[in-house]
Amino acid sequence: MRITIDRDRCIGSGQCVMTAPGVFTQDDDAVVALVPGHEDGAADPRVHDVPLVCPVQAVAIFED
Amino acid sequence: MTEAEIRLSRASASFPQDRTCPYQPPRAYAQWRGESPLTKVTLFDGRPAWLVTGHAEGRALLVDPRLSSDWGHPVFPVVVQRTEGRGGLAFPLIGVDDPLHARQRRMLIPSFGVKRMNAIRPRLQSLVDKLLDDMLAKGPVADLVSAFALPVPSMAICELLGVPYGDHDFFEECSRNFVGAATSAEADAAFAELCTYLHGLVVKKRAEPADGLLDELIARQLAEGHLDHDEVVMIALVLLVAGHETTVNAIALGALTLVQHPEQIEVLLRDPAAVSGVVEELLRFTSVSDYIVRMAKEDIEVGGETIKAGDAVLVSISLMNRDARAYENPDVFDARRNARHHVGFGHGIHQCLGQNLARAELEIALGTLFARIPGLRLAVPLEEVPIKAGHDAQGPIELPVTW
Ligand code: SF4
Repeated sequence: MRITIDRDRCIGSGQCVMTAPGVFTQDDDAVVALVPGHEDGAADPRVHDVPLVCPVQAVAIFED
Repeated sequence: MTEAEIRLSRASASFPQDRTCPYQPPRAYAQWRGESPLTKVTLFDGRPAWLVTGHAEGRALLVDPRLSSDWGHPVFPVVVQRTEGRGGLAFPLIGVDDPLHARQRRMLIPSFGVKRMNAIRPRLQSLVDKLLDDMLAKGPVADLVSAFALPVPSMAICELLGVPYGDHDFFEECSRNFVGAATSAEADAAFAELCTYLHGLVVKKRAEPADGLLDELIARQLAEGHLDHDEVVMIALVLLVAGHETTVNAIALGALTLVQHPEQIEVLLRDPAAVSGVVEELLRFTSVSDYIVRMAKEDIEVGGETIKAGDAVLVSISLMNRDARAYENPDVFDARRNARHHVGFGHGIHQCLGQNLARAELEIALGTLFARIPGLRLAVPLEEVPIKAGHDAQGPIELPVTW
């Protein structure tokens, strides 16, 4: 699995963090970031729900 | 009726309409459900508008940059008569498009980030405990709106912004009149009073900085020339009003829905971790903000129809949240359901900025309310609970409860 985030698109809603806190976090500006070491998404099974809950489609998941 | 007559009668249905049950979409909206994701309605001034009722279609439209939120546009739709005279006033955040919207939102999101919201939870908890102590000490019957549902978000938003809570009677009334007045003259008067108050507050804060979001805006954005004085005042106004007119309804409607489904209060009581799922389902089921207003900037094809440039588009939050293609048995309140993709906070770039504050408030307020008063119930029949008009944030005006 590969996760991409578009930090320019992100509106800081935090839905990714609320849904899969093992993989997503917010930086000091409340913009989306991936949790270091967990960029592959394996740390949280709910990662698959994130593209659905992100209000601006800033998160994409590509299954290999 | 022939098909043509049905189409005509649909086209003439007026929007919005009032709810009869406080947590169900207005009865008349049933005619639009389960068929086309898009239908035609008429606004109070006779203007036709598209009403989007499908969950998938609504979400796609709310991220579509061809729909505009620019209240300043000369033909931006007016849904409520009292705002008729306010054309041209593009409120920060809610009444503007990108890139201006993105610039304003970026300034504010750090104050509403997940970490900040988690950090204020202990403070919210002590506030909720104190309000319940007072309510219990006075004994039943209580009005859950004035004793609990209103002071929680009011105190929370004041603290976050750095607005003195001591003035709350004044700006709660202004806020109520601004969004819920009968006439535009009353609404404009409340708006002017709020502006004057917040102008004075910003002047004072510039001289004597304190802690709070407004102080931070002044110290960073105003001092560095990214915002001017009037913009800070308008941002303060939008956040203060939004903080007052939304979560109060969500807490009151949430409590009401739960007392009407007592078997589901169990879900809340058995497992404190379940509270966040219960809150999401309440947000889906009650749809406090019933609809979102947009205007098409270009032609858009949806569900076999063409929305033309300049058309009014109303996105029905309550019907999207009750779309059977998105939720099984959508009219059933099921506290165990996974309702996370509801659109109770909207969708797209304008999705509610304060949503995680609202979630923290709802989880703590409702979780604590039922943990402490598991036998809470209505003190009057449901039909006698006075509710707000269809164009307001939906919710009870008063909620008499006993225990
Ligand atoms: S859900 Fe989307 S918009 Fe919200 S913080 Fe995450 S990436 Fe940003």
